[in-house]
Amino acid sequence: MSKKVIYGIFDDEEVLLNSVKEVRSKDISIKEVYSPFPIHGLDHALGLKRTRLAIAAFIYGCIGCATAIWLTYYIMILDWPMNIGGKPSFAYYLSMPAFVPVIFEMTVLFSAHLMVITYLFKCKLFPGQKTSSPDPRTTDDKFLMEIESDDDKTISTLLKKTGATEINVKEIA
Amino acid sequence: MQKESPIREPLILGDKSYHDITVDVAKPVLAKANKMWWIVFGISLVLFVWWILSVGYTIGTGIGVWGLNKTVGWAWDITNFVWWVGIGHAGTLISAVLLLFRQKWRLSINRSAEAMTIFAVVQAGTFPLLHMGRPWLAYWVFPIPNNFGSLWVNFNSPLLWDVFAISTYFSVSFVFWYVGLIPDFAMIRDKVNEKYWPLRKKIYSILSFGWSGRAKDWQRFEEVSLVLAGLATPLVFSVHSIVSFDFATSVIPGWHTTIFPPYFVAGAVFSGFAMVQTLLLVMRKVVGLEAYITIKHVEYMNIVIMLTGNLVGIAYLTELFMAWYSGVEFEQYAFLNRATGPYWWAYWIMMTCNVISPQLMWFKKLRTNIVFTFILALFVNIGMWFERFVIIVTSIHRDYLPSSWTMFSPTFVDIGIFVGSIGFFFVLFLLYSRTFPVIAQAELKTIVKSSSEQYKK
Repeated sequence: MSKKVIYGIFDDEEVLLNSVKEVRSKDISIKEVYSPFPIHGLDHALGLKRTRLAIAAFIYGCIGCATAIWLTYYIMILDWPMNIGGKPSFAYYLSMPAFVPVIFEMTVLFSAHLMVITYLFKCKLFPGQKTSSPDPRTTDDKFLMEIESDDDKTISTLLKKTGATEINVKEIA
Repeated sequence: MQKESPIREPLILGDKSYHDITVDVAKPVLAKANKMWWIVFGISLVLFVWWILSVGYTIGTGIGVWGLNKTVGWAWDITNFVWWVGIGHAGTLISAVLLLFRQKWRLSINRSAEAMTIFAVVQAGTFPLLHMGRPWLAYWVFPIPNNFGSLWVNFNSPLLWDVFAISTYFSVSFVFWYVGLIPDFAMIRDKVNEKYWPLRKKIYSILSFGWSGRAKDWQRFEEVSLVLAGLATPLVFSVHSIVSFDFATSVIPGWHTTIFPPYFVAGAVFSGFAMVQTLLLVMRKVVGLEAYITIKHVEYMNIVIMLTGNLVGIAYLTELFMAWYSGVEFEQYAFLNRATGPYWWAYWIMMTCNVISPQLMWFKKLRTNIVFTFILALFVNIGMWFERFVIIVTSIHRDYLPSSWTMFSPTFVDIGIFVGSIGFFFVLFLLYSRTFPVIAQAELKTIVKSSSEQYKK
């Protein structure tokens, strides 16, 4: 028997969510779910791990903060200290208050941009990338569940029973 | 699913299904522009050409073609800079601060408000650039190793803080906007018929970065939006605080005050919301989005305008009180001169437009009236431009040395760059409204079941 991929198409996100729970409770692994908008609780139902992007953003922010501290220290204290308007420039801790705005901005700059780059990288999003969605209606109003299995009959019946409005089966060579 | 109290007014009117939202948002992008659009675009384009000519003349000849003199070294250019940056703040406030507060009404307006932010900051950026006189040396403001000896930028200077603040603000706002746009570009990509519009299909495929809406992508999308909102919120407050430091750290009477940061931020949000109203009240009509940008949205924004207008009003009065209470005669004179000196009319235009007129918003009849809101928003825009003019020009035109007292009068180049920048802004915004999904439709679909009219019956 050849391997088949089954696409169950749903009209409503709540029906889909229940179906996902049903399918998962039968120990059938769901390959992917495509939806036009984020569905609350779907990641949990699919058993997806929490994303660590926020932690990454925090680390990037720390890098930005450190970079800014080094930049202001190197330029204002180490490389060429200057007396500007009588403001102290011979010890970092004395001058530091004036550098806080720049340090803050650099922290945000690094954190935001590096996080978004990580996000695009992890989701494989870049100009020229082709969409992997099997049905263009999934950006409109349809929700699609993708399952790979040998036994397409049982799965099709299960999906139909749990509310799928349309079932498409494709053979994988 | 999230449920919402039935008492709350719906945010989406009519029986809108997910598919209806898709169609409504894609319509302006896929359909031809109407006559109204071409008329407004034509006018904006004429103003934009005026801008190009004025800027060309300024760069070719030097900023001597402006009305600046030895006493008034900052005038319309910095006024316009602060005005445009301030306008930008509403977009970030709507998309970031309201996201953190879980305000659902932001979803119909955040895309356009963020677009406005980006286009406004573009306008703002041109003014300091032109004021440099030699804009081709603009890269000198960045701390880059150079061949002029160990000549670095000065991190003590608020003008340099501004460079960091504005560039961070612009780039982070842009990225925030784009992250939200990716799924919506994907929707348009899938709506475009490849047979009739192969080029359009290709462009939207590239713009959508191959978005496919996988469950993991959405999970990351929501996390990124939340963290970006968390970063953009302090960022937006810092940006206008830093802009205010340009003035507050100086020793000029009228500028040297500690209330400037909160005062400027409130003013920025105030003017920004007025600009959002100006743009959206027209857009909802022209593009046919009345079901999404409802009277309730208009009312919410009007309440923000009223609140921030009152904050600004309190700041004006605090300034006056502090000038008197400080006992510094220069400070006292600066404020007396503002209200009763040769620029008294500018001061009273500011007071009328910014403090008195928003009080009318206390009446529910008025704040839910579209025509009234539009007129008031224009008043606020004018008033906030005069606020910056009053702060900048009236503080320096009569300084410590009475022999250098003088007046400022703009030349046609000043006027050209200012009016032209409005044209430039509208050119960008009108092009945006025809080619971009003007509503964050993917995220809007998440509130259909909690906040649309059909589910509240």
